[in-house]
Amino acid sequence: MLKKISKIVSNWGNYPKVKSEIYTTSENMGLRDLLKNSDDQLIARGMGRCYGDSALSKNIVSTLAINKFVSFDKTEGVLTCEGGVTFDEVLKVVVPCGYFLPVSPGTKFVSVGGAIASDVHGKNHHIDGSFSSHVLSLKIVLANGNCVSCSREENSDLFLATCGGMGLTGIITEATFRLKKIESAYIRQKQIKARHLDELLDLFEKHKNATYSVAWVDCLATGNSFGRGILMLGEHARASMLTNKQKKNRLKVHSKPKLNIPFNFPSFVLNTWSIRLFNFFFYGKNLKKIMKGNVHYEGFFYPLDNIHNWNRMYGKPGFLQYQFVIPLAQKQVLREIMLLIAKNKKGSFLSVLKIFGQQKDLMSFPMEGYTLSLDFPNTPTIHKFLEELDQLVLKAGGRIYLTKDARMSAETFRASYPNSEEFKSIITKYNHSFKFQSEQSKRLSILN
Amino acid sequence: MTKLALILGGTSDISIALAKDLLVQGYSILLAGRNTEALNSIAADLEIRFDGSVRAIGFDATDYLNHRTFIEGLPSMPELTIAVFGYLGDQEKAQSDWQECERILDTNYKGAVSILNIVAKTYEDQKRGTIVGISSVAGERGRQSNYFYGSAKAGFTAYLSGLRNRLFKSGVNVLTVKPGFVDTKMTANMDLPGPLTATPEKVSKSIIKAIRKNKSTIYTLSIWRLIMYIIKTIPEFIFKRLKL
Repeated sequence: MLKKISKIVSNWGNYPKVKSEIYTTSENMGLRDLLKNSDDQLIARGMGRCYGDSALSKNIVSTLAINKFVSFDKTEGVLTCEGGVTFDEVLKVVVPCGYFLPVSPGTKFVSVGGAIASDVHGKNHHIDGSFSSHVLSLKIVLANGNCVSCSREENSDLFLATCGGMGLTGIITEATFRLKKIESAYIRQKQIKARHLDELLDLFEKHKNATYSVAWVDCLATGNSFGRGILMLGEHARASMLTNKQKKNRLKVHSKPKLNIPFNFPSFVLNTWSIRLFNFFFYGKNLKKIMKGNVHYEGFFYPLDNIHNWNRMYGKPGFLQYQFVIPLAQKQVLREIMLLIAKNKKGSFLSVLKIFGQQKDLMSFPMEGYTLSLDFPNTPTIHKFLEELDQLVLKAGGRIYLTKDARMSAETFRASYPNSEEFKSIITKYNHSFKFQSEQSKRLSILN
Repeated sequence: MTKLALILGGTSDISIALAKDLLVQGYSILLAGRNTEALNSIAADLEIRFDGSVRAIGFDATDYLNHRTFIEGLPSMPELTIAVFGYLGDQEKAQSDWQECERILDTNYKGAVSILNIVAKTYEDQKRGTIVGISSVAGERGRQSNYFYGSAKAGFTAYLSGLRNRLFKSGVNVLTVKPGFVDTKMTANMDLPGPLTATPEKVSKSIIKAIRKNKSTIYTLSIWRLIMYIIKTIPEFIFKRLKL
């Protein structure tokens, strides 16, 4: 049964907003009929946790009702589920059996289909690669309503174009992926304070064998403390490392969000001063240079999931998340960009720095290098500022994460995603009418 | 030994919500319905999510002749049987199309009576068990917008009340459920008033609670008891002029 509602939709950044028809169906047949009988351009949308316009279109197919688990091989650690199942649901099922997501972004409120279309990465990218490298096979419903299986062996071009393909190849209805074996739900965490950027980058280098590594950076600090931050490292805790209390329920599943932001904050709440204050406390809360301990995976991977609707802190105009990656050799450009942010006082609440390992996929975002992600309130001046940053990223041979983008130009996209022509030719083969289009794919002329 | 529940009408949203709640309570589930392919995928999903046992079984409410074989073929006799299936149908079509009309009457009334007769006999003999029938507020007074469905459900409600009367002395409880508007596949294309509409999860919770408390008849949302009281008390000479 097909359900249709009209609604103004925006994704996590609350910008842009588009008036859409949203179609929901729980049945594969309903989905296939919809595609067969409609000539409208449309895009699949799961949890809407991309930040910009990747999952926006006048016609949206919500995958949230296509959300069944299909099989779970507890011996091999292989899970098959439909595209609308969320990471939150996956964790609830697999953690008690001693498994974890092979790769997870900073929120568990993403759908499996969305994670593959965005080819999400996590704090372990330098060791384990992105999510798609753990995907064994997919089922995709194409523009003509046919359901096609694909993997690295079967219809491999479709498989490779779908991982990181932003939903432009079709609707991911089912995925089979490998899980990671764990002994406990706890992470052995180590936090190290770095007084400035050089120290932070040295620490990354020194701890490159850590399974999980990510750093929070104070983007407003200047002078001697420029680029100060906290490096967070983690390893899955073995059962023997747990405290007695933790041992009692060593495979404990996360709980529901505790806080909710019930309405949009006025947009003045987040300003340079409140961000400076936050950064001051965030840096200052770690009294010791090095802090160690066991934390539950929820706190380590998903600290913001505990605040429901935290995006409302940015008020009605929303915010822009800017995440770029530049090659390792371009360290000075990283510095240049961070200096520009500090100088212009374009502070970002959570600036997150990470070093990616190698990855050379068709459309995926990661490449070996530095990746920095920043949140900026959506103000009139920010767009021009980000265009300046675009130029620096391009000059360094880097690129911007499509899943977080709401504003880059088609030229920037074309110059930074070298395989976009090949990507388009694969889509031409499977969906020559280009039925799957998002506001983003049109803005970036990905299929033109 | 784990408790066993039989849910008739397996792919409906209310059935799935019930299966989830019963799994949490430690029941093993038999999900019965026509579309066994869909049932199998629902069963697999529930088993993975709740780490319990869910078995899909083919069942057709209007295939009366096979109802006995169906019950006898169950792996063991469930102690809880819930008849969820129903067919809303197309009232206007049914006014001139006997096939549609008959399907509404057959599914909602005859089908339910046929299968529950067999279950009732077993429960009566073993002197325990619980029967739940999902009837409807539509059965309380015939209205021009859905009186085929309504009259079939009225019959079903009367049947359940008689059955309850008969089985009381055997210690078997019969629960009649009148959910009111529910946001399900059956009503996907209807514009339902929010405050009067329950979710399938809410319906399921109300049923679980009523089973525990040995209730006879429940409305999922208590506002419906009031609404139906008013509808029932409107004098016929006014009622017949209304557009309900």
